[in-house]
Amino acid sequence: MIMSNFWSIWISVLTIIVIAGCAFILYKMSKNNTGIDEGESMGHSFDGIEELNNPLPKWWSYMFYITIVFGIVYLVMYPGLGNYKGLFGWTSSNQSVRSIEESKAAVEAAKAENRLSQYDREVAHAEEQYGPIFDAYLATPLEELVKNEEALKVGGRLFLQNCAQCHGSDARGSKGFPNLTDGAWLYGGELADIKTTLMNGRNGMMPPKGGLPIEDSELEGLAEYVVKLSGGEHDAALAAQGQGSFMKGCFACHGMDGTGNKFMGAPNLTDDAWVYGGSRGAIIESIQYGRSGVMPAWKDILGEEKVHVITAYVYSLSNK
Amino acid sequence: MMNHSQSTGADYNYTVVRQFALTTVLWGIVGMAVGVLIAAQLIWPQLNFETPWLTYSRLRPLHTNAVIFAFGTSALFATSYYVVQRTCQTRLFAPKIAAFTFWGWQAIILSAAISLPLGITSGKEYAELEWPIDIAITIVWVCYAIVFFGTIIKRTTSHIYVANWFFGAFIITVAVLHIVNSMAVPVSLTKSYSIYSGAVDAMVQWWYGHNAVGFLLTAGFLGMMYYFVPKQAGRPVYSYRLSIVHFWALIALYIWAGPHHLHYTALPDWTQSLGMVMSLILFAPSWGGMINGIMTLSGAWHKLRTDPVLRFLVVSLSFYGMSTFEGPMMAIKTVNALSHYTDWTVGHVHSGALGWVAMVSIGSLYHLIPVLFGHGRMYSTNLVNVHFWLATIGTVLYIVSMWISGVMQGLMWRAVNSDGTLTYSFVESLEASYPFYFVRFIGGVFFLTGMFIMAYNVIRTVKAPKDTLPALAEAKA
Repeated sequence: MIMSNFWSIWISVLTIIVIAGCAFILYKMSKNNTGIDEGESMGHSFDGIEELNNPLPKWWSYMFYITIVFGIVYLVMYPGLGNYKGLFGWTSSNQSVRSIEESKAAVEAAKAENRLSQYDREVAHAEEQYGPIFDAYLATPLEELVKNEEALKVGGRLFLQNCAQCHGSDARGSKGFPNLTDGAWLYGGELADIKTTLMNGRNGMMPPKGGLPIEDSELEGLAEYVVKLSGGEHDAALAAQGQGSFMKGCFACHGMDGTGNKFMGAPNLTDDAWVYGGSRGAIIESIQYGRSGVMPAWKDILGEEKVHVITAYVYSLSNK
Repeated sequence: MMNHSQSTGADYNYTVVRQFALTTVLWGIVGMAVGVLIAAQLIWPQLNFETPWLTYSRLRPLHTNAVIFAFGTSALFATSYYVVQRTCQTRLFAPKIAAFTFWGWQAIILSAAISLPLGITSGKEYAELEWPIDIAITIVWVCYAIVFFGTIIKRTTSHIYVANWFFGAFIITVAVLHIVNSMAVPVSLTKSYSIYSGAVDAMVQWWYGHNAVGFLLTAGFLGMMYYFVPKQAGRPVYSYRLSIVHFWALIALYIWAGPHHLHYTALPDWTQSLGMVMSLILFAPSWGGMINGIMTLSGAWHKLRTDPVLRFLVVSLSFYGMSTFEGPMMAIKTVNALSHYTDWTVGHVHSGALGWVAMVSIGSLYHLIPVLFGHGRMYSTNLVNVHFWLATIGTVLYIVSMWISGVMQGLMWRAVNSDGTLTYSFVESLEASYPFYFVRFIGGVFFLTGMFIMAYNVIRTVKAPKDTLPALAEAKA
């Protein structure tokens, strides 16, 4: 961002006044203009405390001058005085960009003028050094990649740094974040399904009561029926009542038999895998208030090369 | 010229000084106890007790506010009111307003102690208190300025003593910082939003944050140092000219240093460079205070053998020198790239907070309390000595463990495998930090134990019958 000339001059002048002022007072005080001999008392006493007129320690004055000189040299070399860019033309990043498109355009423009920012230089360096490794992985079909021990290790590390925050270091998930080791898949567990999920992200949405005309009084029965579907111990009469409510429309997503639908991420209710908990209370809460879960799209964050390797790792968690 | 050196304690307003001196000890214990608790929570999360107002996130601002604004600022109120009277040879200006600053400040501390655990916060570090309390702080602070500068104006000495330059700079600048940074739009009695946004908000916040360190925790306590070190050592201040250079350079440079808290962020490059350059040039002026304090001991070094109060003051200056060397070094962008967001920063802050601020305050209080209550010395000099060692060992344990932990974290976070992936996940660096968190906790326990011993010693001194605690004979030296 470029500030107006007024503020640029204002801040530069203030900076110079402060630094020059420090040098001036340091120089002034290294001379004895007090009219009192060095080492003698200044002659005033405050509650019995006197002050001596000792000279400034030489080493300390030199140290002070050296930092001032360093500061001035630095401000000549690097941006620091208002809009002045510094002799090195150094910048940390393309500071005014607001989107990936603007960022890419800024990098191209900088490349053309041969003045990459420090961040862009580091990214280019990393690309150059590590790019070929990941290009080779991307060129390997996933079916082969899952047999490549080295690739799975790399995928594991990428997982720990990017995915573990939600899914846990052991990939067993937590409330609202699916367990990736149990073989239960909301959107399918084939290699291609997993890669699609990672690349484009997912938006899981269960509206309150499925958007159906279900009364609060029916919730208990419904939950009992869901417990029955998952093979839990249940009250048969209550579950039968819940089955009636289920037929009001829950089957549209979860299927007549409750096995779910991976095209819309509707969970299978007949297994014992629960994203939001399998207690009756948690089930009632899920039905009553609905749920929404977001898996971000990693395509633009990590790029397909890395997503490809993470896919192999995630697949390997439940397919040993 | 009149000779005022005959003035006795009877001439001065010690009531408000006594009040602030005693609450300093109380709030020191409270603030540091909360610090020890949250240090323990970082090792044993069960100590959050699943209770909202006991969680780390709410107690951490309580700890920082309590030690900075309750303990530290009470110490500054006590010593500045004492020093300004004695070095201006006059009673405190407007004693009723002075009394108001005491009760007003205590009310602010209590409202902080209630509102922060309730989760009422503006979300600005070291400025968490919500707008009604911010307004109260402004009112009390203006009253403080009236009392302090009123006293300076009616002084009977010809010059203004150097301690008062520092106290004065601290009082004026803290007012400006507090008002500018706390500007907010209230939406209810307990919630407001900063009028700044984005990188500007961050910059204003750290302009405030770093100068809270610079003017409250440095300039204010240098004022304290400039009275109590020469007084306790019985020696003249080493160099008047050095005090002039380092005072003006310190206050002119400090105000620019804030951006070093925002290296490698969305802050514009020029602001970051400027903050770094000013922080570096600040190094020598900061050391000016240490040199002037330590060299004041010329000819009195032997007193360190027998006087634990003087030991507190001199060791505090050593920690001050160490952390004001460390600070400019950490402000260098390349060093900051390693140290930022690690425990190194926490260690740096505490080498200043425990080693400098707390120890110079404790030393000054051990000088001050006998005078205020009409005694020649503290009830037990041995306990002062025990306190000295507990405080020193506690501080060393704290900062050394945080150095190791911080540098280790910085190195782990940046370690990269041959394929370009990070070697360690965040959790691994956290796991590696646990032993050091434990050492830090032990250091805190040492320091807190010392404060309890101080409280006992202070109570026995205050309650001691007249003339039972004569000053120790100089001859011992």
